[in-house]
Formats: sequence, C-alpha cells, structure tokens
Amino acid sequence: MKQLIYFIRKEFYHVLRDTRTLIILFGMPIAQIVIFGFALTNEVKDSRIVILDLAKDETSRAIIDEISVSRYFDLTGYLNSNDEIERTFREGKTRMVIVFPPQLQYELSHNKSSTIQLIADATDPNVANTLVSYASTIIMDFQRNTTGLSFPLDIKTEIRMLYNPQLKGSYSFVPGVMALVLMLVGAMMTSISIVREKELGTMEVILVSPIIPFRVIIAKMIPYLVLSMINVISILSLSYFVLDVPIVGNLFLLLVECFLFTLTALALGLFISSVSDTQQTAMLISLMALFLPTVMFSGFMFPIENMPVPLQLLSNLIPAKWFFYIVRDVMIMGTGFDQVWKETVILIIMLIVLILVSIKKFKVRLA
Amino acid sequence: MNFPLSIESINLTKRFGDFTAVDSISFQVKKGEIFGFLGANGAGKTTAMRMLSGLSKPTSGSAVVAGYNLEFQSEKIKQNIGYMSQKFSLYEDLKVKENIRFYGGIYGLTDQQIKEKSEFMLHQLNLGGSANTMVRSLPLGWRQKLAFSVAMLHDPSVIFLDEPTGGVDPVTRREFWQLIYSAADRGTTVFVTTHYMDEAEYCDRVSIMVDGRIEALDTPVNLVNTYKVKTMADVFVKLARKATRGE
Repeated sequence: MKQLIYFIRKEFYHVLRDTRTLIILFGMPIAQIVIFGFALTNEVKDSRIVILDLAKDETSRAIIDEISVSRYFDLTGYLNSNDEIERTFREGKTRMVIVFPPQLQYELSHNKSSTIQLIADATDPNVANTLVSYASTIIMDFQRNTTGLSFPLDIKTEIRMLYNPQLKGSYSFVPGVMALVLMLVGAMMTSISIVREKELGTMEVILVSPIIPFRVIIAKMIPYLVLSMINVISILSLSYFVLDVPIVGNLFLLLVECFLFTLTALALGLFISSVSDTQQTAMLISLMALFLPTVMFSGFMFPIENMPVPLQLLSNLIPAKWFFYIVRDVMIMGTGFDQVWKETVILIIMLIVLILVSIKKFKVRLA
Repeated sequence: MNFPLSIESINLTKRFGDFTAVDSISFQVKKGEIFGFLGANGAGKTTAMRMLSGLSKPTSGSAVVAGYNLEFQSEKIKQNIGYMSQKFSLYEDLKVKENIRFYGGIYGLTDQQIKEKSEFMLHQLNLGGSANTMVRSLPLGWRQKLAFSVAMLHDPSVIFLDEPTGGVDPVTRREFWQLIYSAADRGTTVFVTTHYMDEAEYCDRVSIMVDGRIEALDTPVNLVNTYKVKTMADVFVKLARKATRGE
C-alpha cells in the first residue's frame, strides 16, 4: 500500500511539473467546450428570410409578428408575387420563403384548416431542416396559443422538439465533448506516461523492483483518474453555467457513469502503451485510433443511423458511442439507471476486457 | 570453494525463435566479488543479465541469485537485488530527494529509513546541498553516481550494473569505481557489464561472452597470461574475433 502511495505521488510530480501536459489536461476541455459550444454550433441564428403574404389578414400578420421577433430569423423583406420566389433564392438573398395563402383566415375559420408554405433553400439540407422546424414550431405555437379564442384549428402535423425545445446545439455537444476529452486525456496521457518510462529506461528499474505489475498499472491510472474527474466537473460546470445546458437527471449517476467511462479510457491507454515503444507512436495511435472514431462514431456530430450498415456495426465497438448515449439520456433527458443499464453493462464489459488484455500484455513483455 | 555463492547459473539459455541469444551458460559468482561480464555487442550479455535480474524468463536452465531460486523465488530475489541500466535510471523532472524517496518507497523502506539513508548517501556523494535540486540540472557524472547510490538504497546483496559508465569522463569513472569498491567491501556482489577494458581490469574476475557462450572466465591477470597477450584489451579482441554472428 505504501509502495502505491510513493508511486502515485511520483506520478503527480510528473504531471504537475510538465506545463505542456497541464495545458493539454486542463486547457483542452475548456477549449473544446468553447469551440463546440459557441463556434461550431449547428444552431441557426438570424437567417435571412422573406415573406410572400398573399393573405394580408389578421392571422398572417400575427404569425409574421411572431416570426420577425424570433432571434432565429432576420426578416429582410416581402415579396409581391409567386414569380419572385425563384429569383430571390437564386440571388442568394434568402434562406427560406414563407408563403401565406390568399384565403388564410377565411379557410381557417370555415374549413378549420389551411396550409402555409415553407420553401427552404436545401443546398445545405441541415440548415434547411432546422429553419423549417423553427418556423413550424413558431406556427404551431401560434396555433396553440390562439386555440379557443377565435377559431379552433385542425392541426394536421405536429412537430415537437423534445428535450431541446429551443433546438440548442450545445445540448448534444456537451456529452460529445465530454466523451472526446475523457477519451483523449485518459488514453493519451496514460499511454504516454507509461511509454515515456519505457523510453527513459526507468520502467526496467521498476520491473526489477519488488513492486508487482498490477500495482504499477494502478499507480499509473489513479492520477489520471483524478485529473479526468476534475475535467468532468469543469466541463459540467462550464456547460451548466456558461452554455445554460441543464442537468436534468441524477448528478450522482452521471458522475458514476463518467467515472466508468474514464476507467475505460485509461484501460485503452494501458493497452496502447503495451503495443507502442515510443511516445510518438503512443500519441499517434491515440489520435488515430481514438480521436477520429470518437468524433465520427459517437453520434454527436454525424448521426449513426445515416451511416452504411458496416459502419453502424463498427460504431458499436467505440466506447464513446455508449457513453454519449448515457450522458445524453441522463443529463439532458433526465432518465434513470433503468434506461441506461444496457449501455452501462456494455461499458463495463469493454473495461474488463481491456484491463485483462493489458495486464496480460504487460506480463508478456517481461517474458 | 570457501566463500558463499551469490550467483550460480546452470545452463541458462534464452532463445528468441530460432535465435539462441544465450547458449547454456554456467558460472558462479562469490559473495562480495566484482564480476565483470564482457562481450561484444550482440554477444548476449544484456540478455543474460536481464534473465538473472528477473526481467526476462529463461528458456531453459536454472539459476540461484542472492541465495534464492530464480524460477520459484523471484519475489525474494527482487527484494535483494539492485539494478542500474545503461540508460539513465533517475527521473530528471524529480528532485534528488524525490527520486530517493520514490525508489526507497517502492522497495518498501520506511520514511525513517529513507530519511537516514538519503542523508548518509548525499553526504557520501558530497551532494548535501543538492537534495532539492532537480536531477535534470546535475552534471552527468553526478547523476550516474547518484543512480548507483539509489540502486544501493535498499542494501541489496547483489547489484547488476549494465554499462554504468557509458559516456562518463575518466575522472568520474574512477570515482564511480570507488563507489563500486566500497559497495563490494561491504559485502555486496557486483555484477557489471562494460566496454571499457581498463574497467575490466578493476574486476576480481571477468567472463567474456562470444556468440551467446562464455568463452573465457578468470581473473584479469590469469586471462592475460593464458592468452599470452599484454592487456585485457588484447584478450578481448582475440576472443571477440571468433564471433560468427553479427550484431
């Protein structure tokens, strides 16, 4: 036990004296949160739209008012006829045209049904989708608010933005960034710290000493486990206080799941260290084998459902995918353990397999 | 033999696939002896040393190190041997004091023992004022001497030194050997590999490995006489020329 404490203390000295490591350790999460939360957001703000109001009645004006006060839209003008729509798009003056039918109020009051046309520039399908849903939401809201007052409406399509009513991009970035940061910090730092000792030759001296390999592994993991948990807390606070992302679910469950995922990342780092002989190799493997798959297959940037089946199957091997689901469910949807136990079990199995393989490899190296 | 044995190797062999790195070597080292382990690059001396220090498992053969069986009592052996490799084995980003505390700690010394031993050691090395210096900023010679003393911290009965004086100036090398002598005087067995032939002459006995086998083993004086040459260097060259395998 004392051996372990001496060892862990030594590891902390290494980390705390290495400014570069410290910057990566604590700078990365903050930078990521800021980049993903503010700059790389897929949220659409102040999009230029124009309106073709053929109705020019109370209802159309009320809806236009709602739309023009929305911060998502920048109402730049009005059209006078259908012929102008095409030209406006071609000139790049607008992202979306909203067309109110001539008899809007009449149709609503007599048929209790009408159609407002949303025409979006789908060259960027994501933006188009987002704009259409924003506009639909505003129109639906308007309908709900006016129901019973002057006319009951027959709502044919209902779009509800579950869990993220404002469609804030940062909601799904936070679990993603957390997965990314924990994976990189855990795996890269652990593997580098072990491989560095191999390079320096100090690992041999340690292996000659009576300390058992399992303790060496534990001593290498604990400091990065502690630092990663500090990162978890800083990411959660940043997203809660700066990005206004709520923590709906049980905070304790969330922290436990983060702990589990961190362990998995550290075990991956151990595994990487057992297959690489230089720090550069360890760093390259960590980046190539962890960073890209984590970004691509965890589902926070590219929807997994849209990928070809082989890639979907491959994504199941990425721990970050399961962690992403867990954090999204617990933190943003507020579900309990009963909803995420399957993902948790998958992570635990991955962790056990990785640790067993790493310990075996660690020993094989001695033979 | 009157002296108790410290190392006994019996047909120790290591194969990597088809390649026999160490080919059935047998020898004995007495307690308190300074045993030089020589050989050209690739002769198998590092592999042999790695087996004896528990870093590598022998393919066949057996050995007794520090009075314990290599195969069955490796934990006991680890507690009783020290090791210093040709690579520098202290942490450069740790202070002198912290390095001592770390190595003392993983050998299970108490805080009190560590404190006493490090004071004594630093005094002996004239490093008294440098306890709080980063190892990085010590000159290479000092570091090597410090690394040796740290490897001796837990009073091992056998110490393995793998080319400990590589890249060190002659004055420091001499000082380094003074440390080795005083360790041997206190009863520690010193098992040392080297490429410096003057160092080979400092040893009580020397073995020369060629192609995985021990080709010669005797005191430096006897070796020079047997091979009818003038110096240890001549003995080495004469034997190493027999080598058929490259590096």
